[in-house]
Amino acid sequence: MQTVLILGATSDIGISIAKKFASCKYNIQLAARDASQVLPLKSDIEIRYGVNCSVFDFDALKFDTHASFFGSLSPQPDITICVFGVMYEEADAFDDWELTRRTIDTNYTGAVSILNIAAKHYLSQKSGTIIGISSVAGDRGRASRMIYGSSKAAFTAYLGGLRNMCFNDGVHVMTVKPGFVYTRMTAHMNPSKLLTSEPDYLADVLYNAFLKKKNVIYIKWFWKYIMLIIKNIPEFQFKKMKL
Amino acid sequence: MKKQIANWGNYPVMESDEQSFVFLPQLNDMVANGSTFIARGNGRCYGDASLADCTISTLKYDKMLAFDTNKGIFECQSGLTLDQILTVIVPSGWFLPVTPGTKFITIGGAIASDVHGKNHHVDGSISNHIIDMDVELASGEVVTCSPDNDDELFEATCGGMGLTGVIIRAKFRLKKIESSYISQKQIKADNLFELIELFDRYKDYTYSVAWIDCLKKGKHFGRSILMLGEHATLSDLNEAQQTAPLKLPSDKTLVFPFNLPSWALNKLTIKAFNFLYYSKNLKKEINNVVSYQPFFYPLDAVLHWNRMYGKPGFVQYQFVLPLDAKQGLIEILHRIGDAGLGSFLAVLKVFGKQESIISFPKEGYTLALDFPVKQGLFGFLDELDTIVLKHNGRLYLSKDARMKPEMLAAGYPELNKFKSIIKKYNPDGKFRSVQSDRLLLTEK
Repeated sequence: MQTVLILGATSDIGISIAKKFASCKYNIQLAARDASQVLPLKSDIEIRYGVNCSVFDFDALKFDTHASFFGSLSPQPDITICVFGVMYEEADAFDDWELTRRTIDTNYTGAVSILNIAAKHYLSQKSGTIIGISSVAGDRGRASRMIYGSSKAAFTAYLGGLRNMCFNDGVHVMTVKPGFVYTRMTAHMNPSKLLTSEPDYLADVLYNAFLKKKNVIYIKWFWKYIMLIIKNIPEFQFKKMKL
Repeated sequence: MKKQIANWGNYPVMESDEQSFVFLPQLNDMVANGSTFIARGNGRCYGDASLADCTISTLKYDKMLAFDTNKGIFECQSGLTLDQILTVIVPSGWFLPVTPGTKFITIGGAIASDVHGKNHHVDGSISNHIIDMDVELASGEVVTCSPDNDDELFEATCGGMGLTGVIIRAKFRLKKIESSYISQKQIKADNLFELIELFDRYKDYTYSVAWIDCLKKGKHFGRSILMLGEHATLSDLNEAQQTAPLKLPSDKTLVFPFNLPSWALNKLTIKAFNFLYYSKNLKKEINNVVSYQPFFYPLDAVLHWNRMYGKPGFVQYQFVLPLDAKQGLIEILHRIGDAGLGSFLAVLKVFGKQESIISFPKEGYTLALDFPVKQGLFGFLDELDTIVLKHNGRLYLSKDARMKPEMLAAGYPELNKFKSIIKKYNPDGKFRSVQSDRLLLTEK
């Protein structure tokens, strides 16, 4: 039985992904800043799906603990899924350097720190999968998501590079770009129903894409085309638009 | 998030600011924050009990915490639905100790309504099977209560409609089963008197309930089908069933796609429906083995069946009368037949004894009827209230959307005790609903 590590298991998306993999008979490792918070999820997964589930303290911002954290996992996970991320009100983040830095350090630096470690492990054994949850917000810099979007743009670029580097060694890297998902992160935003998906739906799509070894997926599919249009608006025009 | 919400009767409908929580600290923040609210599960009570300007949904607080497959003890967070619990316990040879007619309710809602099932006369209501539970009080304190420990809080929380606090965790005993099937017996009764006699004759059956045709008059007044059941043992099953005795029923469901126009249900169509329902059983008595699904949850097979009553919605009227008040039962059935306000489903059941502060069940006959909301209905129900009171009966809060405070007070002799317990644990009316305000359980 294979083991999946979920980095950021307290997020709504993390919970859904953990349950999806567990329902498909994977053992689950849940990593969260406060592991005691995810103990109910651990018991839930074990009772419902009859798989093993363990919990670990993991802080994306404590970079120097990442190597010992990953080394302590037993067994070493076959699949590492990086779900954690933060999003502040854009104006607040712009005003407060501390929030800007937290966004970058969590969504980019922290993710790169832990995934470098996972990647080295997978390269050494010439197998393994890394899945990163980025965002459509990283596809083009926009006023309304300047700081969050740029951290995700950097993460997307990192995942692309990692995929490129790992391909010949049998390690697969998948980039997931959700549009809006109904989560606590977006609870105050009131996005359009059509554009938004449920975390369980995201988990289903992600799992199927994982089986098919997809490289980059959008959730829902039409976001790919929305972003294609957005990416192709000439900058001289784009800069005048309030997006 | 602001949204339109209603409970199962689709009456009343209101806008509510609904929040939810996954982890306890989030709930703590909501309780500490100034606004008043009521906890809300899956919205399957019928009236206005879980409606308020602010509601806190427990649906994401739905984790299974422990399942002792040897002793049959299950523990979970309050937002978990019975439906989810069944998928886990049935394959291990256990069943819910008590279940109402739908499995789409949360365990927190089940306790707040102190739900009963077809086995009330044998097993009591759900509160009988709770080992302990956690309730978050208005002060933010989380108290573990049980029948022996903090029993006052426990008793007032069972059936207390969420007014003592937010139920967040429960641990309860399950019922051992050999199979997921039910040995069922259905008997047609020609009239109400025969039905009452049949109830008495078959009172040793674990599960019993009857469907009554309210519109029949004369010598067929109260013609009905009595449904009896026992959990099937291995020897009751046929060979095919024996290969997988604890199999979960397949979840094929239909969806009622839209609100039926309100004229669609009238005396004629309901008469026709009742005729068909009664006549589908050709024989006087049928004995067979069926899955638990159609036996306990026949209506769950049609999602959104409440749309049948159209956009104005419906109210379900459920009362209980003491065993010696058969005359009251007859009187009410006559009134319903005469008024012709229509009721598809009239369900009769005999309750066993139960002592409680605010739970609905007490020994006697309980009848539940649906009425589409239309002009004249509420006046008519007020008249029924008078008959119920005259015979020492009372109404079920989980079905209620319209009773008057005096009706509640007259039906529940321990109401003042309940109020004083609410005052103690919920002193400023932090937990309040449209219903609790209407019934003056919380001050406006």
